[in-house]
Amino acid sequence: MKTKTKTKTEKTNIKAALTLATAALLGTSNLAQANTVSTDSAQESTWEFDSAFLFYSEVDRVSAGEAIFNAKKTFANDEILNLKLTVDALTGASASGAVAQPEVQTFTRPSGKGQYDIAAGEVPLDDTFQDTRVQLNAQWTQPIAPNYTASGGVHISKEYDYLSLGINGNLAFDFDRKNSTFSAGFSFFQDTFTPEGGIPKPFSSMLIGDSSSPTWDNDFTETRIGSEDTKTTIDILLGFTQVINRRMITQFNYSYSMVDGYLTDPFKIISVVNGSTGLTQDNIYESRPDSRVKQSIYAQSLYHFDSTVLDVSYRYMWDDWEITSHTLDTRFRIPLGDSFGTESYIQPHFRFYQQSAAEFYQPFLIDGDALPTYASADYRIGEMTTFTVGLKYGLLVNNGHDLSFRLEYYRQTPTDAGFDEPGALQEVDLYPTIDAIIAQITYSF
Amino acid sequence: MKKNIKLVLFIPLIIGATGCANLGVEPWERDLLAKDEMSLNASPIDVALDDHIYFSKEASSGGKGFGGGGCGCN
Repeated sequence: MKTKTKTKTEKTNIKAALTLATAALLGTSNLAQANTVSTDSAQESTWEFDSAFLFYSEVDRVSAGEAIFNAKKTFANDEILNLKLTVDALTGASASGAVAQPEVQTFTRPSGKGQYDIAAGEVPLDDTFQDTRVQLNAQWTQPIAPNYTASGGVHISKEYDYLSLGINGNLAFDFDRKNSTFSAGFSFFQDTFTPEGGIPKPFSSMLIGDSSSPTWDNDFTETRIGSEDTKTTIDILLGFTQVINRRMITQFNYSYSMVDGYLTDPFKIISVVNGSTGLTQDNIYESRPDSRVKQSIYAQSLYHFDSTVLDVSYRYMWDDWEITSHTLDTRFRIPLGDSFGTESYIQPHFRFYQQSAAEFYQPFLIDGDALPTYASADYRIGEMTTFTVGLKYGLLVNNGHDLSFRLEYYRQTPTDAGFDEPGALQEVDLYPTIDAIIAQITYSF
Repeated sequence: MKKNIKLVLFIPLIIGATGCANLGVEPWERDLLAKDEMSLNASPIDVALDDHIYFSKEASSGGKGFGGGGCGCN
């Protein structure tokens, strides 16, 4: 049967492609051989493959490695199948939310098994973070009528303590000689979080003491309300694309996102400090609302100069946690011609991001004050500015395959949203900057 | 202020939607637009990797595409 033969060919192609991808990711030791296999199978194939490896590393904090393998098949009738595998691993230290103090502080690990000390004046970081994630995406796109294109996809992502399942659908309508396109899409995600040590009771005190004592396990369990929780995310995305002229195309999106369920970070705590000395009296688990509605507008333009291409985008986001943000992202592609013996280009990248704090963001709480309904000291929902500068270098290698390298520098600068700092807190850094390096290699064939 | 920003951003959208006669090109004028680098999503792999980084490090996500769930990184 025809279908069966086709499936078999596809499998052979994937095998050949995987050989190549492995070679590309591990180095180039086997490229010659992989290319031979690729040429053999290329005759009946319209598969396109992208493989990439990214390394992300923060100074003194988290490091992560992420590999992507993407396979795209375009069929004769413009149907497109896209399959993507993502694997990432993360290790290192992450800010717990507690404030630095003029003396040594002791914290309990999220699992309840063991404790760690933070030196005087140091930002409390929990160094137990370690996770591996595998993600699979499949997307099918096809024309369903003249000028109408439909697309549907599934998503599954699994980590040691997290499972995410998702579906999405999109419909696009082209008009005016395909110069304009309206699109409408939705996605639904169902996530289950099973954190190590369980879900902490909001605002309960972090248990500190002798973890080998016979009553420790019982006392720790007292601070927990369960072993897992869930959240759902519904996204709606409306888009409009317009060709302006021969050199310019623009896109405008509006998106509405509704998240319901467990939105608290079970690993984050807040310091409760003395209102005059600023010394920590207690560390309590954070608590966030169980729903969030985010909206954003996004605009993007590409402009083709004589040989260079400028890509600029802007996003404005606002939500019912009172966070607003501005994101400006620009890329400028400069072809270098054949100056290095092969066709190549460089692409500088600049990104600027600024957000305001969530209404319940508090870098610390004052001992004796009434507890708010919600509070989090997670700097990621506090006031912050970040920027990224980077450079990508791409070149055509044998058979017209694309090879590119990207190196970027990312800096996060959390800022004070106007909180008075009592006593000792004036002597420590409550809003430390975070520097990270992003390095990526991509090979497309 | 915020409303003004939104308004300014939507003006081009309205102009586009009402079909200004000067916009767009004929099919034979698509030589530049047909290039890979003129695609609105020219580097989907870079975008996917960037989205993952910024989703886990900042309070915003999505906009260009869906910003939904997907990982426990946030």
